Parts: sequence; structure tokens; C-alpha cells
Amino acid sequence: MRIMLIDDSKTMRNIQRSVLGQLGYTEIEEACDGEDALSKVGAYKPQLLLVDWNMPKMDGLSFVKAYRQSDRTTPVIMVTTEAEKSRVIEAIKAGVNNYVIKPFTPDLLYQRINETLAKCGMAAT
Amino acid sequence: MDPAFIVPFITSIQNVFSTMLQLPVEIGEPAVKVDRQPTFDVSGIIGMSGDVTGTIILSFPRATAERVVQLFAGMSMSADSADFADAIGELVNMVSGNAKALFPTKAVSISCPSVVVGTGHTVAIPSDTPVVCVPCSTDCGNVMIEVALKVNADSARPVVRA
Repeated sequence: MRIMLIDDSKTMRNIQRSVLGQLGYTEIEEACDGEDALSKVGAYKPQLLLVDWNMPKMDGLSFVKAYRQSDRTTPVIMVTTEAEKSRVIEAIKAGVNNYVIKPFTPDLLYQRINETLAKCGMAAT
Repeated sequence: MDPAFIVPFITSIQNVFSTMLQLPVEIGEPAVKVDRQPTFDVSGIIGMSGDVTGTIILSFPRATAERVVQLFAGMSMSADSADFADAIGELVNMVSGNAKALFPTKAVSISCPSVVVGTGHTVAIPSDTPVVCVPCSTDCGNVMIEVALKVNADSARPVVRA
């Protein structure tokens, strides 16, 4: 499965890549903000996206809104420190399929990925 | 400063450090910072805006910061590397983001983090903004949370002097 990690923190991308690797997901592309991600999704065609919220240039919410104009089905999980209910609702309305609040455990990320893929009718690895 | 804006940072640093670093944090007695002197060598800084405005600083001695980053990133890094600053920035981002969700006033946004490395640096806060320091101790060494917040006031943007 092709997964795109979108986070301005290289440390966080490395942590997520490591967790995903332990879960068997190794086909991973990275982007450092929403603009970078928009420039890569066309060629990479991710099957799952993990998106941070607070990023320079283009934040995660703006990215999801822009991405959903051309792709309404590929699952998107927001992985963010934004923990308020109002933020979660805002993200869901923008087209996010699931939500992980940082800090997270590997088990929680695994659970959210499986939930999301199941809801979208996709099989986990 | 209303303790309702301090307690969330205590809860948050314990949650972030235990979840991401498996590192318990003991909390000391919070106190108002009066001398505005430098705290430690490495500072992760985040701005808050909205119903509450100001600055959050997570400050570490250099050796402590390097140990914490090693636990967080899973590899050793020099404090001079860009990846080190990235890791400290992500930690202060997590601590601040989780804390603001616990604020009694909800409409608060956080900035992208900045990180300053250098012995003797100060992060200047406007004089009308109180600064409350929360000393924390861990097996990696001491950490200070500095909370400089005002309710419904202009943003207290930091001025960094290395």
C-alpha cells in the first residue's frame, strides 16, 4: 500500500515511518507541508495519507480541502496536536476520515489505520 | 496568572513525555519568573493567539535536551544539527497543542515552533505579560516550562537574544 506522510517535522515523519514499517507498510512517500504534498500526490497516487495540521506554507486542513476537490475517496487520517472537539469536527467536515491526536502510541496509530481502511473497504497489510 | 492556564501544561508534559519518551516527569512548585534571566541552553518556543495570547517555552540544559531527543527520535543527535531543533520543536508543539485543548477558553491557535540553542540566551517577553515557570525533573535531567500568557490581549511575540 502506498502511504504518504505529510508533516513539517522530519522527526515525526521518521517516527511514523518506523511505526508503519513495523506494521508492514514500507511503500512510503513524504511531504513537508500541504504545498509539497499537493505537488506529489498526482504522481505518487497514495492509497492512504497521514496529514499533520499545523505546517508552514499550507496547513493540513487547507491541504485536505484542496485534495478533496480532485480525490473524494482516498482515506486521509489527520495526525495532529489539535485536540479540541471543534477541530476534529472541522477536519471531518473538510474530508478527513479519521483522527489521531499526538502524542500517540504505535498501537493507537495501527488501530486508527485499520479502522480507516476497513471503513473505506480496503484491506490492511 | 489563572492556574487554569498552568495546570494543562503540567498534564500535557507528563502525557507527552510518558507516551513518546516513556519518561516520567516530576513536577516542582510553579513560581512567577521575576528576573527574566536565561533558564537553560536549549529553548523550544511556541506562540499562542486567540482568546489567550502569549508564548510557551520548553527549556532544557544542553545535555538533557540531547538525552531527550535521543529517546524521542531513537538516535543520538548533536544540539547543533537541524534535526535536533526539529525534534525539540515537535516536543514543544505537542506539549502546547495538548495543553490548549484543556484551556477553559477554547479559541486558541498555536504557531509553528522555533528553537534556540545557545548558552545564556534569553527569550524576551513583554513586561506586561506574567511568566510562570514550572520546574520539571526527569531521569534525563531538569526541564522548565515557561508559560507567558495573557487573556484577550495583544500577542506577546518573543524577541530572541542569543
